[in-house]
Amino acid sequence: MTVGGGGAASPRALAVLVAGTRRVAFAAFAAFAAFAAFAAFAALVTPAMCITLAMRSRLAASAALAALAALAMALPTGGAFAASGAVGTPAPVPGPGAVRPSADYLSPELRAQQDDPSRHPGWLWVDAGEAEWTRAPAAGAPSCAQCHGNLDSMRGVVTRLPAVGPEGTLLNLEGRINRCRVARQGQPPLAYESEPLLALSAAIAQRSRGLPMAVPVDGAAAPLLAEGRALYETRQGQLNLACTQCHDEHAGRRLRGDRISGGLGTGYPAYRLEWNGMGSLHRRLRACSLGVRATILEPGAAQYLALELYLAHRARGLPVEAPGLRR
Amino acid sequence: MAPAMARITLPASARRGEVVEVRVLVRHPMERAVDAAGLTPRPRRIVHTIRARYGGEEVFRMALSAGIAANPYVAFTTVAVETGDLVVEWVEDGGAVHRQAARLTVQ
Repeated sequence: MTVGGGGAASPRALAVLVAGTRRVAFAAFAAFAAFAAFAAFAALVTPAMCITLAMRSRLAASAALAALAALAMALPTGGAFAASGAVGTPAPVPGPGAVRPSADYLSPELRAQQDDPSRHPGWLWVDAGEAEWTRAPAAGAPSCAQCHGNLDSMRGVVTRLPAVGPEGTLLNLEGRINRCRVARQGQPPLAYESEPLLALSAAIAQRSRGLPMAVPVDGAAAPLLAEGRALYETRQGQLNLACTQCHDEHAGRRLRGDRISGGLGTGYPAYRLEWNGMGSLHRRLRACSLGVRATILEPGAAQYLALELYLAHRARGLPVEAPGLRR
Repeated sequence: MAPAMARITLPASARRGEVVEVRVLVRHPMERAVDAAGLTPRPRRIVHTIRARYGGEEVFRMALSAGIAANPYVAFTTVAVETGDLVVEWVEDGGAVHRQAARLTVQ
């Protein structure tokens, strides 16, 4: 993944750099404020110096602005800089309250359609997944239903995914399905974005619709969560943007005709109008990587899995929306 | 290859003479023709007709064009006359006809 130069700096060095920049900026602003104040004064006392009334008021306004800016620079900054300067305990992961469900960012029409199976094309994949669940993949190989029983037994499963598998790597829903497929059904794994995998994951995820996310992040998952968080907060790509800059600082504002969401994976797999079909969360993450001109990773890549874990933890307590409907 | 399937949504039951809404979602890529330099040419393959039969007669017919997005959704109304199957047929370029039925229960 292409990472911006700022990512290498330690928090302490960054804080010093920031403080230094602030001091220089303050000096510059102070000098400008002094000049502007002088100019305004001169304008007021010497009307004969070819300075029009309009120019005079403009100068007075710029003096006031510069003074305000200088004051703002002199005040200690809270928030982001203070947090990045602190050494040791990282700021808590934003959760319920700070993060809103993805449905809140949909247009009223799209939200109504997402809630209505009779108008939601994603349900075509749910239907296909239900058929896939009972179908034996090959002669002699068991179907999903033969081990797990009814698809309703999958209720709540995706609220706890991705989870650390026995090999120490993260397994998301697609990974869990493929693990079963290889180990229990003796079949080659299904390709990411393939028809049967999208259908199965849509049907299984749908069974958890409305349930609150509660992904475990202790034990073996803790370092992976930290890795995912670092990815989320690190500037990357030619545009040098971190996920958090859009999905926290500008969530709810508009970008390219769409509303920026809070950056959750709860609606995936989702039917995207842009795709004319169903797609996984990793397909969506690839679109984000392309958007900031960063390296587009393969679906199922370790970095995307770690990021998926962090997104799931951000969404804790918020309802699963899969199959979602997105623009 | 997407499976040929549709979702047909009807009210659970209806009174005789009641106007009922029928909602149909058809799974289809609605492939527009591709014919441009540098691209692999592909023939047009869209669903050009959707029709529905109920109570022994055709109650709905629609001609679709190439500008319609994949997985088209249509809704129409009909009058509930008797308990029976509402059969939706969709015809794609090349002549393949797909059919799916939904039961309408009339009290």
